[in-house]
Amino acid sequence: MIRRRPVRWHIAVFLAPAVAVYTAIMIIPLFATLNLSLYNVAGDNRVFVGLANFATLFGDARWSASFWNALGNNAWFFLVHMLVQNPIGVLLAALLSSPRLRMAAFYRTAIFIPTILSFVIVGFVWKLILSPIWGIAPGMLDFVGLKGLFAPWLGKEAYALTTLALVSVWQFVGIPMMLIYAALLSIPDEVLEAAEMDGITGASQFWKIRLPLILPSIGIISILTFVGNFNAFDLIYVAQGALAGPNYATDILGTFLYRTFFGFQLQLGDPHMGATIATAMFGIILVGVCIYLFGIQTRLRRYQF
Amino acid sequence: MAQARTPMFRSIAAHAVLITYTVIALFPVFVIVINSFKSRRAIFAEPLALPTRETFDLIGYTTVLKQGDFFQYFLNSMTVTLGSLFFVLLFGAMAAFALSEYRFRGNTLMGLYLALGIMIPIRLGTVAILQLMVASGLVNTLTALVLVYTAQGLPLAVFILSEFMRQVSDDLKNAGRIDGLSEYRIFFTLVLPLVRPAMATVGVFTMIPIWNDLWFPLILAPAEEVKTITLGSQVFIGQFVTNWNAVLAALSLAIVPVLVLYLVFSRQLIRGITAGAVK
Repeated sequence: MIRRRPVRWHIAVFLAPAVAVYTAIMIIPLFATLNLSLYNVAGDNRVFVGLANFATLFGDARWSASFWNALGNNAWFFLVHMLVQNPIGVLLAALLSSPRLRMAAFYRTAIFIPTILSFVIVGFVWKLILSPIWGIAPGMLDFVGLKGLFAPWLGKEAYALTTLALVSVWQFVGIPMMLIYAALLSIPDEVLEAAEMDGITGASQFWKIRLPLILPSIGIISILTFVGNFNAFDLIYVAQGALAGPNYATDILGTFLYRTFFGFQLQLGDPHMGATIATAMFGIILVGVCIYLFGIQTRLRRYQF
Repeated sequence: MAQARTPMFRSIAAHAVLITYTVIALFPVFVIVINSFKSRRAIFAEPLALPTRETFDLIGYTTVLKQGDFFQYFLNSMTVTLGSLFFVLLFGAMAAFALSEYRFRGNTLMGLYLALGIMIPIRLGTVAILQLMVASGLVNTLTALVLVYTAQGLPLAVFILSEFMRQVSDDLKNAGRIDGLSEYRIFFTLVLPLVRPAMATVGVFTMIPIWNDLWFPLILAPAEEVKTITLGSQVFIGQFVTNWNAVLAALSLAIVPVLVLYLVFSRQLIRGITAGAVK
């Protein structure tokens, strides 16, 4: 006798709302956007143009100059985060996780506070601090006798992007710090005690024992940084406006997409070229994620305790 | 002797580094807040001085509260954030429970499908999302924002919560089943209370980007009556760029709510992250 298993409706009920909202608002629009990049407007009609929009974006001098500029800037923006934000995050987490440290909770909260602030606040306050007119930065540099070093960092083409990247580092250093801190706390005491038995303590304990154990977390932080940076927009928009001045020196893919899609000043918004840029960004992020998943994640050794 | 001195020295060095970084982290916030309580002349004359009896002035706050529609913006942000948070946590927990509790065909595939959104930012679909919202008449409503942020928050929520739900003991759930509880009762009365710390972690990570987002309010809901506080203060800065008292007061006010929300949740935050890392 075969008993038919009852249909387990509750599984569908539990899954349905999440899957429905996620599919309708995220997945379908994502693919609709990719699809939109294959069309363009001719007269009043929408026509299928294949990859012509991409040819325009990469090849047409009016578009490609902006695109490659934005991409290059974005790569630099990412590099600064990797070289400054993540090492500082690891250092702070390593200090915080030492067992006898007092006031750890206070430091943790204080250092995390910039992360919860909105870009509007962050962009504005750093513009104020670095402004030559209001002059907290020049005043402070003067105080330590280094006034000669001051320059209007946000206004000079050569410095503006790096300055904004550092502001972004300042804001988000709390995230790698928290994740690494959690990873460090989760290392079992026995492992550390065994290391101490073997005479491995202090800094060498960090390099030889703890660092290898938190490498997977560092990998995850790197890919999160990558996705976040190649999707960034708000800070540049708030600090420098949609034109990402001075002279597009701070233009990244996010601001480029906004300008193209939404239009600014005399240029009209162009959804098809906007979709094309979004698709290019999608491709870049996808390549990065795949490199991480197949190239790095699989090679990291997992430790079982 | 030497051994006693080294840890001492090390601890002082650790504190020195941490204090230095704490100052760097808090200094800009400090500058905004102290200057928001000063008169206009004092803001320019001595930007780093604390307000004294002569320089103390609330003109900025009165301007903001009288002139701006700040309260409305604040309410809009609150509605959007709490609304999205509610749906992300409820729908996310339900889906996570289904994925972690039951074995069914397509389970892994469904998990991967939902996890896609962790890596691919929803922003890339903006062009089509705007068309969708225009077509369904949701442009310039808070509903549009709640929908978008719910979709945005779900992947991470499902991912984190299903990790936690796997740790809930099977014996407990089976005991419930023997007592005749329905699967819904088991989820709502047994499992949900046990994963509260994880919910707090997800809550913080979901809430902060929603509260601070500028992109979707700018594109989907720029109308005056549905502006969020982030977009509202951005516009406010543009309009009143010469009224420094008002701008600084507006910024200080904008810091308060997110700080309060963070402090409410943060006690559970670290516990949540750490527990998630330990398998």
